[in-house]
Amino acid sequence: MNTEHSPLWEVFVRARRGLSHTHVGSLHAPDAELALRNARDLYTRRQEGVSIWVVPAGAITASSPDEKDAFFDPAADKVYRHPTFYEVPDGVAHL
Amino acid sequence: MYGNDFSAPADDPPGGGLLGEVEAAEAELRAAAARERRGGPAPDEDLAAYFADVVGAEQKIEPRDWMPEAYRRTLIRQIAQHAHSEIIGMQPEGNWISRAPSLKRKAILLAKVQDEAGHGLYLYAAAETLGISRDELVQLLLDGRQKYSSIFNYPTLTWADVGAIGWLVDGAAIVNQVPLCRCSYGPYARAMIRVCKEESFHQRQGYEILHTLAHGTPEQRAMAQDAVDRWWYPSLAMFGPPDGDSTHSAQSMAWKIKRFSNDDLRQRFVDMCVGQAEVLGLRIPDDDLRWNEERQAYDYTQPDYDELMRVISGNGPCNRERMAHRRAAHADGAWVREAAAAYAAKRAEKREKVAA
Repeated sequence: MNTEHSPLWEVFVRARRGLSHTHVGSLHAPDAELALRNARDLYTRRQEGVSIWVVPAGAITASSPDEKDAFFDPAADKVYRHPTFYEVPDGVAHL
Repeated sequence: MYGNDFSAPADDPPGGGLLGEVEAAEAELRAAAARERRGGPAPDEDLAAYFADVVGAEQKIEPRDWMPEAYRRTLIRQIAQHAHSEIIGMQPEGNWISRAPSLKRKAILLAKVQDEAGHGLYLYAAAETLGISRDELVQLLLDGRQKYSSIFNYPTLTWADVGAIGWLVDGAAIVNQVPLCRCSYGPYARAMIRVCKEESFHQRQGYEILHTLAHGTPEQRAMAQDAVDRWWYPSLAMFGPPDGDSTHSAQSMAWKIKRFSNDDLRQRFVDMCVGQAEVLGLRIPDDDLRWNEERQAYDYTQPDYDELMRVISGNGPCNRERMAHRRAAHADGAWVREAAAAYAAKRAEKREKVAA
């Protein structure tokens, strides 16, 4: 196998109708069609899925964990985004 | 079951207890992920201390995390060796696909050998997250610079060997691998959970083959016993050299790549097998095998570690045959890879023309 001609693909499988696609692993394939077929043979031999996505690994841009604090910090001081932040007076229903 | 305590192996029904442990490892993986943890290391923090902190907290190390170079190298070596074993492991059993005694057995064996290929691929993919390419790994195997499990250098002489491999070899592999489901490196742990779930089918199909033979004609029974006689000690050797001589163990335990020592796992395997052999009505070929009340475990004869070293260094019964077959399969498959690449290139070109 030549990695140049057979790039890496990330595989996402929807286990059942109603669930979201979940990353299950990766594989090598020359094109998207073969990547799908290989993914079927590799990751769904026991009916683990009803739908598969394959994505070229090179097309994924990842946030680095090294940046985690700085990158995700802005969300940390906005507790008012959660409903639990608000005090509800006694006796109020349907809120 | 959570935490570090495993239930006493003697209480486990064949296979079922191990499968429960795999599920526990999976649940633990989710629980560890759910535990609140700070993000990456602070700008001025010592990276080694941060790494030790994450591992100590039973959290997983993920591909883009900082890790000690030796941890990365150890994992690449171990995962690659494991992947190669799955790929080479297809050969001894593949040997019997065309001669399986019934269509049902043939279909099952085909599915099993296909699983082994799948396991190899999950593991190669896990190794690739550590920054080495599949091509490099395959080349290292073909050049003989990385090893595979010594057990696959033994021949499969009769159909009963397929049963013995399933029961003993896959059984030993599961005992070895279940703790790896809790390995500190995320992609390896996740691959192992998937592998172990599938391995339990392998072990049961082997056990069923032996059970059928052991309750068949006197000739079939003798064939089953002969297979167990030949596979018992090589299976014990699968756990590696005794703890005193094991070169990688201590560091791997500290890094939580490895969870139990070679000898602990070997003992665990022996204790499991005794009851299973009784149900089969087959004899484990060890005159000194007996229950030790004090240790609450079986005393048993150690495998011949000199033989293990000879097989590892290339002089087992089938080393050369296995490697020659692997190299030939790789070379014979070149045209498939080239054709697939040419087809992909042609289609990409067509799409470009349409777009232009």
